[in-house]
Amino acid sequence: MHSITQIWVYLAEQPLLWLTVTVGVYWLCQQLYRAGGEFPLLNPVLISVTILVVLLAATGTPYQEYFDGAQFISFLLGPATVALAVPLAGEAATLKRLWLPITVALTVGSLTAILSALGIGWMLGLKGQMLLSMLPKSVTTPIAMGISDQIGGIPSLTAVFVILTGIAGAAIGIPLLQSLGLRDPVAKGFALGVGSHGIGTARAFEHSDKAGAFSGLAMGLNGALTAILVPLIVWLFGL
Amino acid sequence: MIASIAALLVLQLVGTIIIRLTGLPLPGPVLGMLILFVFLLWRGTTPAPFEATTRGLLRNLALLFVPAGVGIITHLHAVAEQWVALSITIMASGALAIVVTGFVLHWLMPAAERDTDEA
Repeated sequence: MHSITQIWVYLAEQPLLWLTVTVGVYWLCQQLYRAGGEFPLLNPVLISVTILVVLLAATGTPYQEYFDGAQFISFLLGPATVALAVPLAGEAATLKRLWLPITVALTVGSLTAILSALGIGWMLGLKGQMLLSMLPKSVTTPIAMGISDQIGGIPSLTAVFVILTGIAGAAIGIPLLQSLGLRDPVAKGFALGVGSHGIGTARAFEHSDKAGAFSGLAMGLNGALTAILVPLIVWLFGL
Repeated sequence: MIASIAALLVLQLVGTIIIRLTGLPLPGPVLGMLILFVFLLWRGTTPAPFEATTRGLLRNLALLFVPAGVGIITHLHAVAEQWVALSITIMASGALAIVVTGFVLHWLMPAAERDTDEA
């Protein structure tokens, strides 16, 4: 028993432990998702996060200690974002033909994401910093946290809303659009990128490279547009 | 593969430096993506090893969000207190944004562009 405690104490100090656990849990969740016929509620990000939160709580591990190990995975988000240019360059011809519809869809979609969060949240009684932190929920974490800070929200709470929005969009986005009769991969991918940023883009890539390419584009464009629109809307509504 | 990873890191670094200097409201990697996009258009083709490395990275994009997602543990109290209002807002607003964006793009697209073959 003594030696097991010693091994645990040693491992808990190493980044290796939580890095390995994160990758392992995600791998298992991916197998489960495939075995379950890609059922939306078995979304691997959703189940992985749930299992890891329970593991941290059960072992009394502070989030910071977990993140010291898992940050090596988070770090890859930077290079992965840069890499989004590759599938997009492959779709340059489509992009050139569709630039006007894309610009209009982006603007309408971005406004819908912000104003519906404001309207629905307000009606359901969300107030103050909780409501402000919700407004940039549809854009990628670093941009959303910057906006939240600027308008007086709580950046780390915004990060939570961003991830939850991403998981929700990734889980329900494609089944929802298809049940409404939308089958085009460009429109599906672009919609996922506007509504649920990188997690939606990850889901779009599982669907097809074309959907993924337009989802990545939408994620980048909506990040920039939301950074301009949210402060403007906060000012207009006097929040 | 190493050359591809080095290229991605250099682009991220360049993007980050430019944003630090100009104060643009974008994260460094997003600007790095735009620079790479323009470069690939100018070059005309993407080198095969670079294509393979980036494809591998993007296929597993979802995993990269897990550590940030676990951060919910630091806000469990605030989220638990208003979980009904928060989850309805996130689900409804998220679904609305996706449906509106998808259909606006679909309607404005020339009919010949619409691809309906995909499952």
